[in-house]
Amino acid sequence: MPTDTSQIGKTKTYRAQLLICAGTGCVSNRAFKVRDALVEEIKKQDLVEEVQVVATGCQGFCAQGPIIIVQPDGIFYQMLTVDDVHLLIEEHLVKGRPVEKLMYIPSKGKPPIPKLSDIAFFSKQRLIVLKNRGLIDPEKIDEYIARDGYQALAKVLTSMTPEQVIDEIKASGLRGRGGAGFSTGRKWELAREASGNGKYIICNADEGDPGAFMDRSVIESDPHAVLEGMLIGAYAIGSEYGYIYIREEYPLAMKRLHIAIDQAREYGLLGDDILGCGFNFDVSVHRGAGAFICGEETSLIASLEGRTPEPRIRPPFPAQSGLWGKPTNINNVETWTNVPAIINRGSEWFSSIGTESSKGTKVFSVVGKVTNTGLVEVPMGTTLREIVHDIGGGIPGGKRFKAVQTGGPSGGCIPESLLDLPIDYERLAEVGSIMGSGGLIVMDEETCMVDVARYFLDFLRSESCGKCTTCREGIAAMHDIVADICNGQGKPEHIGLLQDLAEAVKDASLCALGGTAPNPVLSTLRYFNDEYEAHIKDKKCPAGVCQALIKYSIDAEKCKGCTLCSKHCPEEAITGKTKEAHIIDEEKCIKCGACRESCKFEAVLVE
Amino acid sequence: MAKLKPEDLNKIVERMRHQTLLRDGAGRAKVTVHMGTCGISAGARKIMSTLLASIEKQQISDVILTTSGCAGLCSQEPMMTVELKDQAPVKYVDLDEKKARTIFADHVLEGKIVTEFALGMGSERVS
Ligand SMILES: Cc1cc2nc3c(=O)[nH]c(=O)nc-3n(C[C@H](O)[C@H](O)[C@H](O)COP(=O)(O)O)c2cc1C
Repeated sequence: MPTDTSQIGKTKTYRAQLLICAGTGCVSNRAFKVRDALVEEIKKQDLVEEVQVVATGCQGFCAQGPIIIVQPDGIFYQMLTVDDVHLLIEEHLVKGRPVEKLMYIPSKGKPPIPKLSDIAFFSKQRLIVLKNRGLIDPEKIDEYIARDGYQALAKVLTSMTPEQVIDEIKASGLRGRGGAGFSTGRKWELAREASGNGKYIICNADEGDPGAFMDRSVIESDPHAVLEGMLIGAYAIGSEYGYIYIREEYPLAMKRLHIAIDQAREYGLLGDDILGCGFNFDVSVHRGAGAFICGEETSLIASLEGRTPEPRIRPPFPAQSGLWGKPTNINNVETWTNVPAIINRGSEWFSSIGTESSKGTKVFSVVGKVTNTGLVEVPMGTTLREIVHDIGGGIPGGKRFKAVQTGGPSGGCIPESLLDLPIDYERLAEVGSIMGSGGLIVMDEETCMVDVARYFLDFLRSESCGKCTTCREGIAAMHDIVADICNGQGKPEHIGLLQDLAEAVKDASLCALGGTAPNPVLSTLRYFNDEYEAHIKDKKCPAGVCQALIKYSIDAEKCKGCTLCSKHCPEEAITGKTKEAHIIDEEKCIKCGACRESCKFEAVLVE
Repeated sequence: MAKLKPEDLNKIVERMRHQTLLRDGAGRAKVTVHMGTCGISAGARKIMSTLLASIEKQQISDVILTTSGCAGLCSQEPMMTVELKDQAPVKYVDLDEKKARTIFADHVLEGKIVTEFALGMGSERVS
C-alpha cells in the first residue's frame, strides 16, 4: 500500500487564530460558551475564511480565565464573557485595534499589558514540559507533529540503541517528578536489566494531592507528549505494553488521552511496527480507584491488578517484580513528558538547566492566598520568593505572607525567613519539606498554622489505607492531639508527645504516606512554635481561626451603625440601633465570621 | 489512514508551517492591512481576502497577514504596510486587488519594492 500522507488533515490558511484556553479551569468559567460565541460572531462578521478559533489545553493562568490569545499578534485577553465577544471581534479582528479593556492589568492603576510575552506571570517561566501549552489543539495530532512531535521517537527508533537512550536520560540528570526524585535513567536501566520478558511500563496520572493539577494540565494540553515519552521509555526498557493510570475525576484529560491514543494508532505511532521500524508498543488507559494511596506505586499496581490498593514492602521493587509479577517501570506524567525534549535537544542542554543536584524544570500548581493562582513551570533553583511574589503576584488584599507549603498534603510549611530558598529536591528536604509532585499552597497572615496541621492530618488520617499500624494509628493520634490544641484543650506536654509520635510514624510506616505524613506537624512545630504556645498557654489563636479560642466583638468607635452585620448574622446575635454602635451577644455567637466579612468599616474584631 | 514513516513527520511539519508561524507570531514578512472605518469602506476587506487567497494558493508559509487600525491617511485608503525581516516597513496606498497582488508578488515574495504604489519608507516617529 502506498503511503500517501499529503492529504492527512489538510490545512487551510488563516490570517489570525484565536487560541482559547479549554483547560478544566477555564471550562468551568464557561470557556466553551465564549468559544461558541466567538465562532458565531466570526460568521456574523464574515470572517470565517480568515480567522480560526482553536481550543487549546490549559495555559496556566487559571486565575484570569476564560482567556484567549490572538495570534500572530500575541495579544492576551482575560476574564472574557459572551458579552465581550462582539467588541473583541469587531475591534481587534476587523479593525485591527486590540481592545484594552479586556487586557490584563497587573495591579490597580497600572496600564494594561497587551502582550502575553510581557506579562510577568508568563515571562518568568521556562517551559519544557508545558512548551506546547496554549499553542496546539490537543485533539489534533498534526498540531503536535507540527511542533516537532514524535521526532524524538523517530530519532531513537532509527539511530539509537536502547542502551544509548538510557545513557542519554541518565546523563540529563532527570529525576522522577512524582515524589521521590529517583534518577529516571537509572530506573529504566534497572528495568532493562531485570530478567524476564513481558515487561510493563506505567504512567502514574493519579494525582491525588488536594489542590494539585499539574498532571491533569499536561495531559489536557499535550497528551501526545506523554505518549511519546512512554514510547521512548518502552523502547529503552524493552516493553511492549503500557498503562496510563489516571484519576477518575479527570474526565477532560481522559477524553483527550483517548483521542490522542486513537490518532496515534491511526498514524501507526502505537501498535505494531511503529514508524515502520519494527518496534511494537500499545497502551491502555486505566481509571483510578479514587484514593490518595492509589498513587503510591505498589498500591497502584495492586489496583491495576484488581486488588485492594494497599502498598507492600519494597524490595522487590517494581523494576524486579511489578505488574503481574513482571518487571515494571513506573513514572509520573511530568517525568515522561520531559523525555522527548531531552532526546531532541540533548542531555547536555537539559543538565545545563537547574541546580547541582536537580536538573531541568518543575511544574507547580500555585494555589491558596496568592493573586495569580495557576500552573507555572520554572527552572529548578528558582526561589520560592520568585514563585510567590513575581510569578504569583503576591498576596491579595494587602495581607501579609505567612507560609508556603510545598509537596502536597504531606509537605512542610516553609516560613517567610526561608523564602529565598532555591527550590530543588535536597534543599526542600533540608528545611523539612518535600518536592512531592509539585503542589504549592500559599498561606497569608489569616491562616492558623496549627489549624493547617490539623487539616492535613485529617486528610491523611482518612487516606491512610490502614494496612500498617504506625500510619493508621499514629496519624490519627497526632490528629487528635492537634485537634485538642485547636479546641483549647492543649497541654504543654502535647508538644513533646507530638514530636515523638511524628518520629515514630516517619520511621516505622510501610510506605511514604506515613513516611511523610508528619511533615506538616514537624514543620509547623519548627517554624511556628509560637502559635502552638499561644494556643496551649494563652488559649488564644493569633490568626483568629480556631473557633474555640476566638471571640468576636465590635469596636464601638469604628462602628457606624449601618446594621449590615446584624442582617448577615445567621443567629441574630447582633443587636443595635441604626447609626449606633452594635453589640455581639457572646452567648448566641457561633463564631462564623459572617459579621466580620460584611463589615465595611473593619469594626468587627476577632481575638 | 496511512501509517507514517519517519520521513512523513517532516511532511506534516511542512504542511503545517504557516499555522506554526502564525502561532509563534514570527515570519519572514509581515503584511498589515489597515482596517479603520475609512479603510473598510474603501475596500480594505477585499484587499485582505485577495492577499489571503494568494498565500493559500501559492502555499506560502513564511508570511504573516494581519490588520491594524486607521493609518491616519484616510483619503488614500485602502492601505497596507509590508515589513520584511530586518528591513524598514513600506506603506502602500490607494490599493485595489490587482495592485495588492502585484505588491505581494514583487515585494513580499521577491523583495523588490513597488515604488509606484508606495507612499514612503519607514514609519512615522512615535515619541
Ligand atoms: C501516598 C502516595 C501517593 C502518591 N501519589 C502519586 C501520584 O499521584 N502521582 C505520582 O506520579 N506519584 C505518586 N506517588 C509516588 C509514586 O509512588 C512513585 O514514586 C512515582 O510514581 C514514580 O515516578 P517518578 O519516578 O517519575 O517520580 C505517591 C506516593 C505516595 C507514597
